[in-house]
Amino acid sequence: MIKSWSWFNKVSLIVGFAFLYVPIILLVIYSFNESRLVTVWAGFSTKWYGQLFQNEGIMNAAMVTLKVAFLSSTLATIFGTMAGFSMVRFGRFRGRTLFNGMIYAPLVMPEVITGLSLLLMFVAISLDRGLWTITLAHTTFAMCYVAVVIQARLNAFDRSIEEAAMDLGCPPLKTFFVITLPIILPGVLSGWLLSFTLSLDDLVIASFTTGPGATTLPMKIYSMVRFGVTPEINAVSTILIGIIATGVLLASVLHKRRESQRKNDELLASAIP
Amino acid sequence: MIEANSQEHTVFAPWNEADKEPFVRIENVTKKFGNFVAIDNISLNIFEREFYALLGPSGCGKTTLLRMLAGFEIPTSGRIIIDGEDMSKVPPHKRPVNMMFQSYALFPHMTVEQNIAFGLKQDHLPKAEIADQVERMINLVKLNAFAKRKPEQLSGGQRQRVALARSLAKNPKMLLLDEPLGALDKKLREETQFELMNIQEKLGITFVIVTHDQEEAMTVSSRIAVMDSGTVAQVAPPAEIYEFPNSRKVADFIGDVNIFEGRVADVQADSAQILINASDVPVRTGRSVEAALGETVWVAVRPEKMIVSLNPPKNMTENVLKGEVWDIGYLGKLSVYHVRLQDKRMVTVAMTNRYRETEHTITWEDSVYVSWAPNASVVLMS
Repeated sequence: MIKSWSWFNKVSLIVGFAFLYVPIILLVIYSFNESRLVTVWAGFSTKWYGQLFQNEGIMNAAMVTLKVAFLSSTLATIFGTMAGFSMVRFGRFRGRTLFNGMIYAPLVMPEVITGLSLLLMFVAISLDRGLWTITLAHTTFAMCYVAVVIQARLNAFDRSIEEAAMDLGCPPLKTFFVITLPIILPGVLSGWLLSFTLSLDDLVIASFTTGPGATTLPMKIYSMVRFGVTPEINAVSTILIGIIATGVLLASVLHKRRESQRKNDELLASAIP
Repeated sequence: MIEANSQEHTVFAPWNEADKEPFVRIENVTKKFGNFVAIDNISLNIFEREFYALLGPSGCGKTTLLRMLAGFEIPTSGRIIIDGEDMSKVPPHKRPVNMMFQSYALFPHMTVEQNIAFGLKQDHLPKAEIADQVERMINLVKLNAFAKRKPEQLSGGQRQRVALARSLAKNPKMLLLDEPLGALDKKLREETQFELMNIQEKLGITFVIVTHDQEEAMTVSSRIAVMDSGTVAQVAPPAEIYEFPNSRKVADFIGDVNIFEGRVADVQADSAQILINASDVPVRTGRSVEAALGETVWVAVRPEKMIVSLNPPKNMTENVLKGEVWDIGYLGKLSVYHVRLQDKRMVTVAMTNRYRETEHTITWEDSVYVSWAPNASVVLMS
């Protein structure tokens, strides 16, 4: 708890936040601009939001993006969980470090290279490019993030809990679904959310792996900007910001609630012998 | 054996009955992890209704052995037979045994009730029957007020009881307990030991407990298997382990002991004389020894069986050592004397404080005599 703020603290805080948020605030403000000209203020209006929902191109792109994000994050969560599980549970074997490194590698790989290599592969196996190729591409890179999250979660997992379930007559596969999965569920959910957002705002990989008819929202925005920034773009961006901010807030509120619940529980437990 | 049979109602000693079939037979079991031999060719018999303790320092293989009984580890060679059935190919979830884990391993996302009901649900019993059994178990461990709580809302002692109730709920033929009281404080641990014994007697289930705490093993068990680096050093009831250890390792691990190396000088039918290296005065033991004259043996004497005195004990030409009081530890009911012998070896003597501290006459640097009765010592061959 800092009670008195020195001028230095105040200034650095203001500069820091301004640096981060002034561009975004400007974008939000101009999305409510009456004028067609983005940089000239002509009074408050929500007409661009209305027009946005009339714009079939943008709405289609939004649908494609949501579909891709939903499918790829779900697939990535399943595969990533499996990968994270094996990495933790296989124990030590020859080349484990290499395998581990290979799971992390796509996280630091330049997107352009990931996109290009995927494009080459899709061409090589002559897969028709479109919504499904984008989904596959997003699954590929989001999976690594999920694997990392799950791995962290499982490292802290007490295996004797699973053994206890089996000891009580529960077969191994059922044990995974009724014991392990519920316990690591927070990790699985945050992995899913992470892949969802990653897919939502990816531009580079999607541009490489897309095909006719499958334009994602970031691609649409980018192509519209090339013909000049319109208030519509501001509006759609504002909506995106709203969605993401809500998600982040919700996640942190939930987390905080659970923390305080846990603290209460601990107090309760220690108070009663 | 005849004696044991004549008092059948008071003495529980199935291991002395020649025709009794053991409930668990561990036959020449070896377990290797890579090159490390965790269990080295162990054979043990555990009888029905026994409270059997596997005792040993950490890393002696006791937990590995327990996990093999539960099915979490497979023997590299040898067999484990439980209730007449070879367990080699039986996975953990199909064995008639349940285990209570050291970490309790409660399911964090379930309430106390759900935890206890879990095992019963796996058997697809009718709901009413499950509810009945859960209630019985909750009563048994006195957790009635906490049935709807989650494990994280419980204290350590309560969690321990949930774990016990959960592992007993299925009425297993045998309960395996892996350091069940390790996480409790001393007072609670002692209470729980007696509670465990009561429950075991009440339910008539065979208990196998793993512990590194020798007092715990002595308190609860009918027999103790003392383990050391993958082998079993001795199997016997607690009193026998304490009074008649079969090796220096066992004597040293169970309780405190003074050990004197010496050579056999005389062997009679009911006694033996040993010349110990620590003193010119020979040692006489109250039992004969199976050793040749001149063979190296070790004489073990428990500290509480020795006496420290300022004057030489009367009429004793054997079992007397001369020394100097080096240190005194006052423990209330006991005083522990560290006496330094002439050859600078230390002997520990524990004497009950029958008199008030002010009336004590023995003090630091006094010249004293340490003596003991012939039947107080044990001769060890290894």
